[in-house]
Amino acid sequence: MRSLKFVVPAVLFAVLAAFLLRGLSKDPREIPSPLIGKPAPTFTLPQLAQPEQTWTPQAMAGKVWLLNVFASWCVPCLVEHPLLVQMSKQGTLPIVGFNYKDEPRAAGGWLAKHGDPYTVVVADRTGSVAFDYGVYGVPETFLVDRTGTIRFKHVGPLTPEVVSGKLMPLVRELSK
Amino acid sequence: MSPSRSAPGAGRIALTASGALRAALGALLLATSLAVPAQTRAAPSGVPPEQEEQLLRSDRFRHLATELRCLVCQNQTLADSNADLAIDLRNEVLRQMASGKDDAQIKSHLVDRYGEFVLYRPVLSARNLALWAGPAVLLALGAGVIFRMSRRPRAAAAVPSGEDVDARLARVDRLLDADEPGPR
Repeated sequence: MRSLKFVVPAVLFAVLAAFLLRGLSKDPREIPSPLIGKPAPTFTLPQLAQPEQTWTPQAMAGKVWLLNVFASWCVPCLVEHPLLVQMSKQGTLPIVGFNYKDEPRAAGGWLAKHGDPYTVVVADRTGSVAFDYGVYGVPETFLVDRTGTIRFKHVGPLTPEVVSGKLMPLVRELSK
Repeated sequence: MSPSRSAPGAGRIALTASGALRAALGALLLATSLAVPAQTRAAPSGVPPEQEEQLLRSDRFRHLATELRCLVCQNQTLADSNADLAIDLRNEVLRQMASGKDDAQIKSHLVDRYGEFVLYRPVLSARNLALWAGPAVLLALGAGVIFRMSRRPRAAAAVPSGEDVDARLARVDRLLDADEPGPR
């Protein structure tokens, strides 16, 4: 009975401390997406290279693919770009470029300069499709499975840790 | 390129600067993370101008804009923020209002895309019940503990333990017996 008087507050404190400690290492800017596990919103957007041709995600049905939101005015996109180029060289999985609120000519120049890892690039000049995807900054990356369901979203530049630690294991599992 | 160990959101462009400023100030903005107010070069909402004007002035729009969060500048509402994303979301709210949606529909339209975080006042649900009830429960627990602790010492003084009572009664008996002078 007497020891309980010390054990109970100590346990309560430990639990509280554990929660607070966990909170320290989480990024408050990373907002969990409600779209995980939901069908990827469908859209029809012009292709960056041939604006007269449109593209829809249905073209990727039956494939595991990445949707990478980028823009030529986005500096952090440069950070993740070499990684995307490397992934496309290895032929890991199709990467669709989602050019967000950008001038098509600027975006074309940017891709010519830094390399084009994308299977296809679609241009969302107004950001209306990005709204459906809950995009609130660039870069953002979505992983879509064979049934067209969003399985993973990464906010901010992709890093080798994220790619090898989270993305690729999921891609391997979904590709089985 | 060395892998960035920093938080994922740290090195990413918040959609704050207007298009023309973006290219020139991009790097500077990133370094200082200064939010340059967009010079109200708002993307067109697609709502006819007169109706837009009317909606913008309506109490309903102002109320909605204070109920929704700007996701880039997290502690500002859509009404307070001049970030590009806030402008886009305000326009989306205008479009929804113009198409005759009610407040609940507009909010769920945004929640479906951005998650519950977009609501400035979180709703009570089974998932966050602990957060809502937590403070009240902890307060009640604390009050209960203090109440019991404050009563315990007095109670201990008033009622001696069992053995103690027996011993005292025995002593009283002995004293009384000793006082009795002779046989009755």
